[in-house]
Amino acid sequence: MRDLLTTDGLGHDEATAVLDTADELKRTLLGREVRKLPTLRGRTVITMFYENSTRTRVSFEIAGKWMSADVVNVSAGGSSVGKGESLRDTALTLSAAGADCVIVRHPASGAPHRLSGWLADTRTSVVNAGDGMHEHPTQALLDAATLRERLGGIEGRRIAIVGDVLHSRVARSNVHLLATLGAEVVLVAPPTLLPHGVEHWPVTTAFDLDSQLPGLDAVMMLRVQAERMHGAFFPSAREYSIAYGLNEKRLAMLPDHAVVLHPGPMLRGMEIASPVADSPRAAITDQVANGVHVRMAVLYHLLAGEEL
Amino acid sequence: MAPPRGAAAPAERELLSAGDVARTVARMAHQVIEKTALDGAGGPDGPAEPPPPPVLLGIPTRGTPLAHRLAARIEEFSGVAVPAGALDVTLYRDDLRRRPTRPLEETDVPVGGIDDRVVILVDDVLFSGRTVRSALDALSDHGRPRAVQLAVLVDRGHRELPIRADYVGKNVPTSRTEEVSVLLAETDGRDAVLIRGQ
Repeated sequence: MRDLLTTDGLGHDEATAVLDTADELKRTLLGREVRKLPTLRGRTVITMFYENSTRTRVSFEIAGKWMSADVVNVSAGGSSVGKGESLRDTALTLSAAGADCVIVRHPASGAPHRLSGWLADTRTSVVNAGDGMHEHPTQALLDAATLRERLGGIEGRRIAIVGDVLHSRVARSNVHLLATLGAEVVLVAPPTLLPHGVEHWPVTTAFDLDSQLPGLDAVMMLRVQAERMHGAFFPSAREYSIAYGLNEKRLAMLPDHAVVLHPGPMLRGMEIASPVADSPRAAITDQVANGVHVRMAVLYHLLAGEEL
Repeated sequence: MAPPRGAAAPAERELLSAGDVARTVARMAHQVIEKTALDGAGGPDGPAEPPPPPVLLGIPTRGTPLAHRLAARIEEFSGVAVPAGALDVTLYRDDLRRRPTRPLEETDVPVGGIDDRVVILVDDVLFSGRTVRSALDALSDHGRPRAVQLAVLVDRGHRELPIRADYVGKNVPTSRTEEVSVLLAETDGRDAVLIRGQ
């Protein structure tokens, strides 16, 4: 693997290899005094975040440090981006400065792909840490790791992705990855929040949440992305919450083994009720913990082998 | 009958049969019991307080089943239960960047850990010593053992580091180009040690 840009096109075996590595990393780090592995000693990882993020940036930084890579964080605010430097020039600068891997989050869909093209002649790998409304592959991988852990597998499981699918890169990455891993995915959202062309995705769609709940193995709630909404997608927050929010009554309609995921940050009281988010059925903190192991696994697969 | 001089050497030769492997593991178990004073045989003042039993850690792939077999034999001969587990060293190897990405293997440190215990690393073949070097590094991230020993089924020589084994099943002089493979029922369906020539 040279870059990780999307889960679309990530093969079953490749995805499974990353997830297996993440499992072993979790096991091997469990209960250890020294949570540091020498594997990426001498490699340099640069995170480049052009959009706000807490968990993803911190998670990548910890992952890199636990693998002994040198991690440098660049944020758009404090860098030459503020002076008007283009993404291409910034990327070439970071590569020339010795980056073995650039982890990029960008508000424009496709930015990491352009970056990967510009860096094709260098030895720098590119990881997409979320691009606009396109993809967020490591989030999908950590969701898959959490589902494997909680459900014992993904093949044949029925998983609903609920809410603002239109603006969600998490949903897109999850749809591709879960389909590749053999899950049955149903998107549940109001028609205004389903993207055009969704009929070509490997999913089914539904507008009514309640009727789906009893048949699910997992439900993934999406944040309503008000910052990307420039128009009226639903009448009011209250109405959205009544129709698509996961409350205690709906939690009770899920089978006993079913698990609740949320990529965070959560809007409690909007798409997920507080008691649901804090219930043992929710795997939301597991997702964050698994995020570190999955990102370690991604860095391992990108940087630890021989150069391609 | 030995092949006539000058004829092509047989491509593959059996160094140890299934019976040999079983006897070798049993002999190594006796040596471990003796060396770690597991049977309570103390100094001239009679039996000393028995030390806590050693922890056997196999290096995957084939070190792991070997460690479990050795532990079972030790318990059978001495009556002392000996914890056995696995220690993957992939993340500590010095040749990661020379090969395609390797999948990780299982690490399973027995409950109770390794602090202040004698740890016996178990592997199938001792060759350059680099795997053992990686294992020593891995071990020090898991805790601080009282002592570390090494048990190998086959020592084929050609060390590249100052490392030696405490328990050796069989010493086999080899040339560098030969390939020694240990087969175990758990991983390969049968027990044998083979050498493939030239």
